[in-house]
Amino acid sequence: MTLATPVHRLTVPVTDRDHVRGDLGARFTLVEYGDYECPFCRAAHPVVQEVEHRLSGQLCFAYRQFPIVNAHPHAVRAAQAAEAAGAQGQFWLMHDRLFESSTGFADENLVRIAVQIGLDARRFIADLSANRYLDRIREDMASGARSGVNGTPTFFVGGVRYDGRPDAVSLIIALQRSAAAFSA
Amino acid sequence: MSRSNEREVSGKEAPDFTLPSGPDSVFHLADLRGRPVVLAFYPADWSPVCSDQLSLDQAILHEFDAYTAALAAVSVDGTWCHRAFAEARGLTFPLVSDFEPKGAVSRMYDAYRSEDGFSERALFVLDPEGRIEWHEVVPPEENPGADGILRALDDMTAHSVT
Repeated sequence: MTLATPVHRLTVPVTDRDHVRGDLGARFTLVEYGDYECPFCRAAHPVVQEVEHRLSGQLCFAYRQFPIVNAHPHAVRAAQAAEAAGAQGQFWLMHDRLFESSTGFADENLVRIAVQIGLDARRFIADLSANRYLDRIREDMASGARSGVNGTPTFFVGGVRYDGRPDAVSLIIALQRSAAAFSA
Repeated sequence: MSRSNEREVSGKEAPDFTLPSGPDSVFHLADLRGRPVVLAFYPADWSPVCSDQLSLDQAILHEFDAYTAALAAVSVDGTWCHRAFAEARGLTFPLVSDFEPKGAVSRMYDAYRSEDGFSERALFVLDPEGRIEWHEVVPPEENPGADGILRALDDMTAHSVT
């Protein structure tokens, strides 16, 4: 018996709860479940930036946390750093810095980045020390696991898991197809 | 791509078994009665897909905890191999050795690939009474994720409430 691989759908839609770049009502929606310490996610970061650039004004990109802590010991800490920056209105600055950083995610490095991007360091350290955003990270992981995330990065294009190649052209084609299917 | 979602096993009692889960530990399925159990048969320690799949399960263990579900993974690898693999990947749930006679328990679950000599990538969710609530077999090269497991646990919880 041969069956098509089942479609995996995003179980929690993108809302204003999410960290998004672009408008929620944009023509194209791309969601990434990622881990800042995962080499494949780090390789995908410039790809996503290229997709954002080429679909500028038409794309809503949402990033959700999916740290695989047993494989990447600092991944939860890095995710907490992004969320703590988000609480101070600078999620994306921290997000980009985390993916681009080559110095590792020891706490002192995370604090250094926080200072460099102008965060209130005292508050940032307090938030990390208290694990204040761990529940939020677990919410992301729960929605990811229920949506068929099976590794990082996992992308959802128009709410459907993307199993294609993680390059910009393939992602853009998939996004355009998803929008065409939606409007048809 | 072939994928078997429903073989004739749902609702049947899961075959009980006792196997080593380490050089000096034993896994006995019936000891877990009273809790839902997730059994993950997988082809081989160290393979990339198995590593990804089990790492993901480890990362979301707290999701299984919410159902008081126990997770155990089964392959034909030996106990020392399992121990090294678990330590390297940071896995804290039992890795069970279906090593001697090779694949005997996997065969009981119709989850053995005789032509390859290793277990299928097969997921089973058992209810607290040890009945098979749900199961799925995917090709060895495919990572099934955990969405099917979590849906089965959700369904079971919904049934037990009504």
